[in-house]
Amino acid sequence: MQPIRRITGRTVVIASSDIDTDQIIPARFLTTTGKEGLGKQLFADWRYQADGSPKADFILNRPEAHGADILVAGRNFGCGSSREHAPWALMDYGFRAVISTEIADIFRGNSLKNGLLPVVVDERTAQWLLQHPGTQVDIDLESAHLTLPTGTTVSFPIEPFARHCLLNGVDELGYLRSKLGDIERFEASQAAS
Amino acid sequence: MAARTLFDKVWAAHEVVAETPDTPAVLYVDLHLAHEVTTPQAFSTLRSLGLRVRRPDRTLATMDHSTPTQTDQVFGSVPIKVDAAARQVRQLEQNAAEFGIELFGMRDARRGIVHIISPELGCTQPGMTIVCGDSHTSTHGAFGALAFGIGTTEVGHVFATQALLQRKPKSFAVNVEGQLPRGVGAKDLILSIIGKIGVSGGTGFVLEYRGSTIRSLSMEERMTVCNMSIEAGARAGMMAPDEVTFEYLRGKPRAPKGKAWDAAVARWRTLVTDADARFDASVDIDAADIEPMVTYGTNPGMVLPIGSVIPNPRGDEVFDKAMRYMGFHGGEAMLGKPVNVVFIGSCTNGRLEDLQAAARILEGRKVAPGVRLLIVPGSQQIKREAEAAGLAEIFKAAGADWRESGCSMCLGMNGDTVGAGEYSISTSNRNFEGRQGKGARTLLVSPLTAAASAVKGRIADPRELI
Repeated sequence: MQPIRRITGRTVVIASSDIDTDQIIPARFLTTTGKEGLGKQLFADWRYQADGSPKADFILNRPEAHGADILVAGRNFGCGSSREHAPWALMDYGFRAVISTEIADIFRGNSLKNGLLPVVVDERTAQWLLQHPGTQVDIDLESAHLTLPTGTTVSFPIEPFARHCLLNGVDELGYLRSKLGDIERFEASQAAS
Repeated sequence: MAARTLFDKVWAAHEVVAETPDTPAVLYVDLHLAHEVTTPQAFSTLRSLGLRVRRPDRTLATMDHSTPTQTDQVFGSVPIKVDAAARQVRQLEQNAAEFGIELFGMRDARRGIVHIISPELGCTQPGMTIVCGDSHTSTHGAFGALAFGIGTTEVGHVFATQALLQRKPKSFAVNVEGQLPRGVGAKDLILSIIGKIGVSGGTGFVLEYRGSTIRSLSMEERMTVCNMSIEAGARAGMMAPDEVTFEYLRGKPRAPKGKAWDAAVARWRTLVTDADARFDASVDIDAADIEPMVTYGTNPGMVLPIGSVIPNPRGDEVFDKAMRYMGFHGGEAMLGKPVNVVFIGSCTNGRLEDLQAAARILEGRKVAPGVRLLIVPGSQQIKREAEAAGLAEIFKAAGADWRESGCSMCLGMNGDTVGAGEYSISTSNRNFEGRQGKGARTLLVSPLTAAASAVKGRIADPRELI
């Protein structure tokens, strides 16, 4: 995985709360056996008409959303199904971070493992971002701070180990495998008890 | 030792390496359940790294999400209608063979929805850690297991190491006291809990359902409650194992036998929250106040007692968007709304007791003209039991479509879908936009309410028909 230190980019806003992973990528696309190319199915039912043509009023189909890097969404983003296809689709589309006041547990974990940065901010910062779509923000992972174009800087919580892995491009599986000796000893003690 | 919750005890017993400020815990996984949708990319990772499945003996695979429910497609007299689904099924067969994993495949008599067959085989046991690439893994918490859904990257981690990196969630006591009224079941209870704490009220927590109401539930009812813990955002839901749990497991094919059984039960009896243990959060629910519940919006927290009218908040965009999607308006009554499709099944309500509940209402009655009733048993074993008990005959006589087991119309991956704009009264777990098919409008209810609505052709109160 590529190390991530800083994400500077332009936002796109989907203000709805409780956006579930069925919206991010509907179940009928989960018959894939790969991870690639899911970006075209991102938000498929909000983005396309029945005949497959784009819905002109959906934000991702509007010119100002083109090339956006950061998704700003209403609270409780990514709830529902554990499908990792959701962060795969967001990343394949081009998003590198998601900002909300609340991000669902499984989605947050899946995102961190794929290098999609989940950024949880306070209500006031979220409201500013929701009201200023297309703004430039700077996310510094090293210091865990987000800076708005107004100069306002806020910190965001991030699990220290996940941050370490993202900053250094470390794959968590490598770390977990370095604990195989402990895992074997644990299994031996379980079998003995 | 300080007083501990049930969750604390199960967590501590599986900590291979304790968490530190800088590193999460290494948590051991006793049982890994696998299915065709969330594993292909994990097997590809193993292959690319030259790794094996480290503990195939702790791994169990089945196919359920994308599998057909029509007998001729399941048993191969005609090809599976959805090509991509057929490929995914074949890939799991190849992966299971290559990596030496036991697979309950398409024609296996033990096949079914992953969260239904593991308990029914006795694989799910108290005190275990259980994971699966599926958010409804929380179902197994009904046995006092710590069970939660994971993503595909983590599926790969468990394949390769039999462990996961985890931060310990906080604990949340859901205290339920009193007797559920007549016509009100486990589904109504959990919908009512989600309505109370909200769809993100459980985020960051493991719920423990406690109290006299919970103890009075059967194992199947307990599974219905724990199943939907994720719909409140919770990492997992748990219940202390008791005599009901032990009786359910006794004699199951993969439950311990003889002396090992006695030793296991003695160990399982310790899996209770200590009297003075503290929870990080709690909520109190009075079971006597609960009524048959029905959702009116596009998440499971938008739920009401069936006799209520839809609220009418002003300036709430989430509500307004949900009403536009559902074709409903604030102030309308739920009872009497039209029904196009009724689905009875899923890992939430596809067990034998759920089918028995539906049969209580459907026996001697007919599905209303123009309504499609699809009944899908949760496993092939349940299908056989329902047929032996005469339930399938009741369903067919009523005009229902009786199928082979699978997830089916809960998420519509296998071609069993609800049409755009149609109203589906469903015993499944999610009423998200498009969950049961593009443009489908889902209302979540209990099996009794689903059956009553099928008969009336409109949203109906089951208490009038039992």
